[in-house]
Amino acid sequence: MNTCRESMIHYMHAYLDGDISREEERKLKEHLTECPSCKEMMDELQSAVSFLQLAEPVKAPEGFVSGVMDRLPKEKPKAGIHRLLRRHPLIAAAAMFVVLMSATLFSSYSNQHFSVTKQPNLVIEGETVVVPAGETVKGDIVVKNGNIRIEGEVDGNVTVINGSKYMASTAVVTGKSEEIDKAFDWLWYNIKTTVKGFFPSSSNEKGENLQNENE
Amino acid sequence: MDELVNKRINEVLKGNHEAFEEIVTMFQHRLYQVCYRMLGNRQEAEDIAQEAFVRAYVNIHTYDQKRKFSTWLFRIATNLCIDRIRKKKPDYYLDAEVPGTEGLNMYSQIAATGDLPEDEVEKMETQERIQYEIGRLPDKYRSVIILRYMEELPLQEISDILELPLGTVKTRVHRGREALRKQMGNM
Repeated sequence: MNTCRESMIHYMHAYLDGDISREEERKLKEHLTECPSCKEMMDELQSAVSFLQLAEPVKAPEGFVSGVMDRLPKEKPKAGIHRLLRRHPLIAAAAMFVVLMSATLFSSYSNQHFSVTKQPNLVIEGETVVVPAGETVKGDIVVKNGNIRIEGEVDGNVTVINGSKYMASTAVVTGKSEEIDKAFDWLWYNIKTTVKGFFPSSSNEKGENLQNENE
Repeated sequence: MDELVNKRINEVLKGNHEAFEEIVTMFQHRLYQVCYRMLGNRQEAEDIAQEAFVRAYVNIHTYDQKRKFSTWLFRIATNLCIDRIRKKKPDYYLDAEVPGTEGLNMYSQIAATGDLPEDEVEKMETQERIQYEIGRLPDKYRSVIILRYMEELPLQEISDILELPLGTVKTRVHRGREALRKQMGNM
């Protein structure tokens, strides 16, 4: 082995990569004429490389493209929403508002206190509100986390949240009566009342709703 | 070419599914070829090349249009190929003794199955022999040699595809050539 080998091998590769200066190339060629072992190595490197270059191009099989198209995920609706939000920041803001709003409302939904709109002549028995027979309650009644038993008349709306309503045969409710016991109903109810609050003209004249917290 | 590709990509970004089909048609053979050379098996090459296109589609929004699309696509494909090759590798040590045998280790097993005897190799046809020699290269040299000599890509592009410094790519090309020379001897 001669000592020139290391640098000559480097020149050989540089030559094969087309990454060699004229001066280096001249040195390499000169060396190859006088060193048979380096000449042999250079020839082997060149023939290995040109052997690879005999490779014929390989083509993708028939049906390759349709195979890819079949494997593509169907456009996810999520991606559509994503794009929509990116293009319309106002919708993003509105969506954010709804999310925060519902979070607030849900947290008040989980408030488990019994409460009822204070109206004269309502009788409260534990967690049950009674409209006594023969009496007429003027105004709306909202019962939260409790039940209502109506034996008399209610001249207004009755709303029961998270509870049930018993109507005696003598009961009369002139307004709407609703029972809300699911979170979504509760949310909807809140949105409705909030919206009504924005447009006071559309809502019925209501008496002052006093809340009676009963622990 | 690049301009047409970018036009199609913008259509894909807008949700046009068919524009992607054109992209696949344009690049199918090149991508399949790289995978086939890396893996040496037609079924696997088809599977991995198709998977590479699917990944490109799913991640199309991350592609930087100032760069070359083929570089990005080749990067996805070579990464998938390298993963596949690694998964196929047995996770035992080659010099561990095979249970129930004396002095027989995994090297002797591989010698018995992986490398073919010389007279077998000499009977091979050129195309078969080429793929055989590539397959014997260690995988870190295999990818650079394929990109350099079968795709005929410049070293800089290979460095972009494999996300390796240019110097590392050069070294691997040198060592890969050296390994090829040694395994082929003087033909």
